[in-house]
Amino acid sequence: MTPLTRRRLANFKANRRGFWSFWIFLVLFVVSLGAEFIANDKPLLIRYEEQYYWPVFHTYPETTFGGEFETETDYRDAYVRDLINGKGWMVWPPIPYSYRTINYNLPVPAPAPPSADNWLGTDDQGRDVVARLIYGFRISVLFGLVLTAFSSVIGVAAGAVQGYFGGLTDLLFQRFIEIWQGLPTLFLLIILASVVTPTFWWLLGLLLLFSWTSLVHVVRAEFLRARNLDYVRAAKALGAGDVTIMVRHVLPNAMVATLTFMPFILNGSITTLTALDFLGFGLPPGSPSLGELLAQGKANLQAPWLGLTAFFVLAIMLSLLIFIGEAVRDAFDPRKTIAQMSTALPGEAAAATAARKEAAE
Amino acid sequence: MSLMPPNPDLLSVRGLRVDFRSGAGATQAVKGVSFDIQKGETLALVGESGSGKSVTALSILQLLPYPMAHHPAGSIRFRDTELLGAEEKTLRQVRGNRIAMIFQEPMTSLNPLHSIERQINETLFLHKRLSSSAARARTLELLRLVGLLDPEKRLTAYPHELSGGQRQRVMIAMALANEPDLLIADEPTTALDVTIQAQILALLKDLQSRFGMALLLITHDLGVVRKMADRVCVMNQGEIVEQAKVDDLFIRPRHAYTKKLLSAEPRGNPLSPPEDATEVMAADRLKVHFPIKKGLLRRTVGHIKAVDGVDVAVRRGHTVGVVGESGSGKTTLGLALLRLHASQGAIRFDGTDIQGWQPKRLRGLRREMQIVFQDPYGSLSPRLSVGQIIGEGLGIHGIGDSKEREAMVARALEEVGLPPEARNRYPHEFSGGQRQRIAIARALVLKPKFVVLDEPTSALDMSVQAQIVDLLRDIQARHNLAYLFISHDLRVVRALSSHVMVMKDGKVVEQGPTQRIFEEPREEYTRALLAAALNLEAVESPAVRT
Repeated sequence: MTPLTRRRLANFKANRRGFWSFWIFLVLFVVSLGAEFIANDKPLLIRYEEQYYWPVFHTYPETTFGGEFETETDYRDAYVRDLINGKGWMVWPPIPYSYRTINYNLPVPAPAPPSADNWLGTDDQGRDVVARLIYGFRISVLFGLVLTAFSSVIGVAAGAVQGYFGGLTDLLFQRFIEIWQGLPTLFLLIILASVVTPTFWWLLGLLLLFSWTSLVHVVRAEFLRARNLDYVRAAKALGAGDVTIMVRHVLPNAMVATLTFMPFILNGSITTLTALDFLGFGLPPGSPSLGELLAQGKANLQAPWLGLTAFFVLAIMLSLLIFIGEAVRDAFDPRKTIAQMSTALPGEAAAATAARKEAAE
Repeated sequence: MSLMPPNPDLLSVRGLRVDFRSGAGATQAVKGVSFDIQKGETLALVGESGSGKSVTALSILQLLPYPMAHHPAGSIRFRDTELLGAEEKTLRQVRGNRIAMIFQEPMTSLNPLHSIERQINETLFLHKRLSSSAARARTLELLRLVGLLDPEKRLTAYPHELSGGQRQRVMIAMALANEPDLLIADEPTTALDVTIQAQILALLKDLQSRFGMALLLITHDLGVVRKMADRVCVMNQGEIVEQAKVDDLFIRPRHAYTKKLLSAEPRGNPLSPPEDATEVMAADRLKVHFPIKKGLLRRTVGHIKAVDGVDVAVRRGHTVGVVGESGSGKTTLGLALLRLHASQGAIRFDGTDIQGWQPKRLRGLRREMQIVFQDPYGSLSPRLSVGQIIGEGLGIHGIGDSKEREAMVARALEEVGLPPEARNRYPHEFSGGQRQRIAIARALVLKPKFVVLDEPTSALDMSVQAQIVDLLRDIQARHNLAYLFISHDLRVVRALSSHVMVMKDGKVVEQGPTQRIFEEPREEYTRALLAAALNLEAVESPAVRT
């Protein structure tokens, strides 16, 4: 590890709020990645007739355990349970429901309030809210991360080319982006949703078509400013090529602006997906999603646990990401010494103003 | 107030301290400074950047960024009024009225959206409550006073339509509008060309004697001090280390720092390499023209001739100094020689014409010709470590493996007088002089034959300038380098160059051996430039702009 990386890490750690947010978020995310082991309608491990079975990884027909059907075993069925427990044992995950498991044993009509069985109650189709949350969190974050990564790569590349070469390239690109941003995204999505069945990757592609533009302006302004600086001239005098100059000299300057923007793009991506789900144009029906939970909360005001849960999960997730983003920005700022903990440095503010001015031109 | 004894001095500053709060700690910018200014006197505050001279000046008018800055102790009395911690109302009556101030950069201290008339009228309206016709008459009178040509035409002009010297004249007119008792001039000529600097200084001196006003002159330039001041306060690290009459100070400096400052002028003589050394870089009739486009179809209607048919030749081990005022095309000439700027005319490097070479073909040659820029703050990538900055050229030209490169970087750092450990740090951790050393190391590590030095010393403090000049001369002797040394500072040029070219408006006015140019200049413009730069004398000559 070079001293530079070490100092960046130290700066990241110095932002206590961001540092803790990072760990909390990481734990939540890793846990949700293993959602199948936490909330599932299949046992983790079965010991049956001196043999081990792993229902999470393999599909076993009911006949394996002495049942009658050739179909997959329904482990929640009381009859099957008795069969297995008679000749062995089962280890269940802490939440014995998957995101699509319907609890038919509800004492009250769905949506059921929180109870020992369903910790945050059930939704209006009798599905466990905690299970749906865990799966929904995972899909939201993954969607957001993938979309942010792709749109950042495209946006930075487009902005870099525009800003660095300037002139006609810049002019044509800018006009194209202005027209492109004028397209009504939501209508297009609604129209497309009626043509194709939106899946995770379809939605990602559709949103990517429009989300890459958000970084272009920032990066372009930074490149426009930097391409006339002496150190870029110095690099040219050293014989560096255009790509080298862009990547080595100008991009690192654009990185703080980019990284400051990234958590917002990530949050924006997550919110967009949630909004689409809320409106019913998002992921296919039955998918676990926070937007769908919010919609249920709105439809069932008599069951406040639905709306409140969705709200708190979204609010906490988005706040954690913003805090992490702030800490990342601090880490990459070479003017930040560990002792100084002011949130905005005057130099940074001036640079931001200059960038804004140029963007406005 | 009435209980205070009457103040015999116009302004007396006693035990002034200024602290800046920053994060956890506080920085002491000024640590107990005391001085007096009498009526009609000129006091100079001299010091290098960071010595606290500007902060001292700003605290007189209480213009510091409070509450970030604060005064733990001290007193500033103007006549019988205590200014330190005075009410905003009291201060407003003093500011721009009894005490006026002019700043270093006249472009940023004038409002770009207001005409000259409006800027000057503002002070008149605020303090004198004149009617608009009376104010107009007074503004005209002031503009005439500060020697602005055609003042009637200039009334409606905007700051960007004026030259730097004209803008500074407008600033002075604004400051004089209410006939202040004290004028604070914060580096009033630093941003100006030498000939203009001489004119502005002469103007200030003339106005001062005419109005009998006191002048507090803040500067880093000892030449200006000698020319202008009655008394001098030398500041270093927030303290006044020496206070003396100007003649005494220059003849008998007492404090060690003053002695250091006085001996800091670039000294020494250029090397004397053999006259018949091989030509490294030469250009014949080099031209750089920028088209002026006008009209709907953007047709080219004319050209700005930044460099207009210049012949230049630099021999191995020689330094050619290029002097001239801003806008004379000297930097463009340097960039064009390195093919960093499009140009016409032959450019011969090592005997081969490289004009018209493709960038790819040129890339191999880049390691042999290097450049050091003026601003050491702008020429180093702020987000690369020093080691990465210096090692970059090695990587591009595929010199050595990573171990060898690191050793070469360390050697280059040692050669410019920096510890090799510096390579793991970022540029912003270094001072201006150290940064310039890093920039020199970056050029040097490639072992070039020819280096363009574009005002490498003008952004630096005086004592650092001398060190950099010594360093450049050492390096030249060691590696037998050819330099093209671009500068407006004739003293530095004299200490380093064997030949001098004087440029004006893209053309070479005069060229020849340094000694000949300095001792018997043939052209009128060269004479005016020398008088202004070395003796700060304003020369009335058609060759000099106003």
